[in-house]
Amino acid sequence: MRDDRASILNQSASQKSPAPSPLSVRDLWVEYQLERGMVKAVRGVTFDLRKGESLSLIGESGCGKTTLGLALIRLLVKAAAIRRGQITYRRNGRTTDVLALKERDMRSFRWRECAMVFQSALNAFNPVLRIWDQMYDTIRAHGGMPKGQARENALRLLGYVQLDPERVIDAYPHELSGGMRQRVLLAMSLLLDPQILILDEPTTALDILTQRTILDLMKRLKAQLGFSMIFISHDLSIAAELADRVATMYAGSIVELGPVNDIFYRPAHPYTLGLIRAVPTVTGEFEDLISISGSPPDLIDLPSGCTFHPRCPYATERCQGEEPVLTLYEEDHAVACFHSDRVRREADVMWKRHGDQPAGEV
Amino acid sequence: MAEYLIETCNLTRTFGSRREQVTAVDNLSLGVHEGEVVCLVGESGCGKTTTGKIIAGLLQPTAGQVLYQGRDVWARDKAGFKGYRLGVQLIHQDPYASLNPSHTICQTLSAPLLHHGFATSHRQARERAAELLEIADLTPVEDFLTKYPHQLSGGQRQRVSVARALTVSPSFIVADEAVSMVDVSIRVGLLNMLSRLKESLGVTFLFITHDLAVAKFFAWEGRIAVMYVGSLVEVASTPQLVSDPLHPYSKALLAAVPEADPVLTRRKERIRLRSQDIPSLLNLPSGCRFHPRCPCFEEGLCDTERPGLTPADDNRYVACHIAARGVGARP
Amino acid sequence: MTEAAVRGTRTPLKWIGGLLLAFGTFLKNMSRNKIGFVGFLMFIGFVLLTTVGPRLVPEANRADLTAIYQPPSREHPMGTDSQGKDIWAQIVHGGLDILEMALLTGVISTFIGITLGSLSALIGGRLDSFLTALADVWLTIPRFPLLAVLATLIQLNSVVMLALILSVLSWAGLYRAIRAQVFSLKERDYVEAAVGLDMGMRHIIFSEVLPNMMSYIAISFTFAMTAAIYAQVGLVFLGLVPLTRNWGVMINLAWTQGAIFFRDSVYFIMMPVTAIALFQLSIVWMSRSLEEVFNPRLRSG
Repeated sequence: MRDDRASILNQSASQKSPAPSPLSVRDLWVEYQLERGMVKAVRGVTFDLRKGESLSLIGESGCGKTTLGLALIRLLVKAAAIRRGQITYRRNGRTTDVLALKERDMRSFRWRECAMVFQSALNAFNPVLRIWDQMYDTIRAHGGMPKGQARENALRLLGYVQLDPERVIDAYPHELSGGMRQRVLLAMSLLLDPQILILDEPTTALDILTQRTILDLMKRLKAQLGFSMIFISHDLSIAAELADRVATMYAGSIVELGPVNDIFYRPAHPYTLGLIRAVPTVTGEFEDLISISGSPPDLIDLPSGCTFHPRCPYATERCQGEEPVLTLYEEDHAVACFHSDRVRREADVMWKRHGDQPAGEV
Repeated sequence: MAEYLIETCNLTRTFGSRREQVTAVDNLSLGVHEGEVVCLVGESGCGKTTTGKIIAGLLQPTAGQVLYQGRDVWARDKAGFKGYRLGVQLIHQDPYASLNPSHTICQTLSAPLLHHGFATSHRQARERAAELLEIADLTPVEDFLTKYPHQLSGGQRQRVSVARALTVSPSFIVADEAVSMVDVSIRVGLLNMLSRLKESLGVTFLFITHDLAVAKFFAWEGRIAVMYVGSLVEVASTPQLVSDPLHPYSKALLAAVPEADPVLTRRKERIRLRSQDIPSLLNLPSGCRFHPRCPCFEEGLCDTERPGLTPADDNRYVACHIAARGVGARP
Repeated sequence: MTEAAVRGTRTPLKWIGGLLLAFGTFLKNMSRNKIGFVGFLMFIGFVLLTTVGPRLVPEANRADLTAIYQPPSREHPMGTDSQGKDIWAQIVHGGLDILEMALLTGVISTFIGITLGSLSALIGGRLDSFLTALADVWLTIPRFPLLAVLATLIQLNSVVMLALILSVLSWAGLYRAIRAQVFSLKERDYVEAAVGLDMGMRHIIFSEVLPNMMSYIAISFTFAMTAAIYAQVGLVFLGLVPLTRNWGVMINLAWTQGAIFFRDSVYFIMMPVTAIALFQLSIVWMSRSLEEVFNPRLRSG
């Protein structure tokens, strides 16, 4: 059953972009033990990251998105365990099973192949070291490169992120503003030319104007350097801004996965629709917002059947007993719900009411 | 013009020693009418939280006045000051820090009721606490009265904070980023509950936020005041500000916000600022504080003379030389 | 709104039930930390030994010079001392002094520390500056030599007197710790909310701040106890304090009688030393559990 699903997803992927996916995740399960019980943080997640795309993982607190991001580069806390699943990495014709890598190989995988920028990143700097020292330390820790070449790379990347390279490279972290530090982190993540970049809440701690420059920068960097990107956020508007494809996560699973325009204008899962209806826009007339009733589920004691059913306006008896699996609904658009048609009709009504039927969308 | 319920006159607040002084709030004058909703909007460090705390009486201004019902707050006698303290309540941003972890919800709500004589016995206090939880939409109340804060989610805790603020029947509530740390799907419910307080209890609101979309939603029938580095740069009704901002900073903010609508957000015209540097509060730019970044900058004018808040229409103010000029020429 | 929500009266039966539940929860929380629980049991053991023990074990008054420095036997479980007296009996009877003084000193010095520390942090201003300066100076005074000097000047023959003096000498450390803790708690949003609700200083100290410091206070209390024990034993060992026969006195006697030079007399000196060490250990271990006991996150309504 899962192989069917995987092959369906792969099929559509190969239709869209013939290049092999740099990262494939199949049926990933991550759990960790708490005193109260077993927390099922990631449950059966399957997706491909296509070459050169930016994939957004959207979800609220406690949906497992950060755990998933950490699992991809195996940086989970000791108490967490990857119960099951496969993570495959491909580059230049070579295929690597990430979960089977030994710790030493894993360390060179991280940063060289796949770099991560964390959520609390602004505090990730060592206050007594200059930026250059931290960059060189990072390079050394993950594979190393001659010092001269490293310095050249560093200066080049600092220029890419629109900082004054000479000034910043010898500065201490406290001499830089929040936005500048975030840009340094982006530059650091690209030092060893990774194929994949994972960003966890990249702009959460930033002001509106600073966030704007970082978002524009990320778009430009991706176009210039051609890496694939996974960014994790609770902020739908950032996904609308940056993503090529969006995956909505709820209670540890991906409940909907598709191109950004499909997700926003033609959602098929009640949670996705609920999120869209709960987020206001700044431009345009006043819109009434609708909240999602209830609260996020306890990951130790999940509801039976579809984990969203207690909060879902379309739930039926079937939803209480059976958990829907992520299946293809339309071309390149997969959803885990039995009532996608009803959701879709509701979404159409909502966007029609808006007036601006999205014309010219791809 | 109707009377203001709360008004600040040339409010100033500085922090730090004489040598190194930071002016968090600089000569701020703002009035809120009874029953109105005013959103105070700005980025971090602009002084909006400090302003909120001063208005709620939790901080004393360094200069200037806060008037409640027309009378200076800090010149009142003990009874008068108490009336003001209880009449203006503040709701904090962080749901994980705003409730005492050692008290049950019932204890948290009963304490002010008993202390101020709103209830004369524990039984009465408990009844009233249950009523307040119902108003804050935290039902079924029996489930929550005996719980401790750590057993509640962020959104539920914020509702308890609101219920606690309501124990003393305030006429004015300052909500300091009250929904910023709450999940998106819960946020709307909270905002709707607060709006209902306005309708049913006639509470006046000062809503502080950095999120323009939330400000637009909550204060659509009210006004938005935009702050930058301690001063107001624009005050206008929400529909006006969102559709036709006058101040370059307001324009930049509105243009910079990403929208939850892919086509809309990718088509949005971005405004390029002259500089990325955020001004340091210890070394403020001369003249207009925004001039180093302002795309409309005029040398000789904007860097020498500080613009004041000038009227730019009925009930609208802007602090910008260029915008003020344009206003004169408007029909 | 149902009847259940309104019900608030408590019958005597409910009261007893509530007490039992509280006790059960207390034990459960104490046992969360294995070492802490062991320490707690040891502490209870020592308390029973020194309070109930003396009623069960006769005092060792009879000197038997034919049986000096005997190794442990059925008759003398810990051997005999230089005068043939039973060491076990002396241990049982010699702990109460130490326990009393430790508890008393702990209570008095913690009380001083809390009062001065919280007032200093909450009122601030000149009171705070004065007390901090005083504490700074106080901390530089070498405590033990001062104690020794005081012992020669004042009659330190009552437990209460000794406890008072020890507390007064050691207030500064506790004061600073509590002051720092109150400072940090003072900034919490819920304290600011209480200020906004005009709840008054008394409510803020006793309802908002102190309950959230309970584990900190309990642990400070245990460390005040251990410090007091060491001070007392030290004084007694030096012969400066003429108290009745207790563990400290036993060590002093053993020392002055040259017990460390004979192999047979090892029990005489080691038993009281071990008793003191184990007692201190039980207090320190127990403090690990105290943090769990006072943690509000373990409560459920």
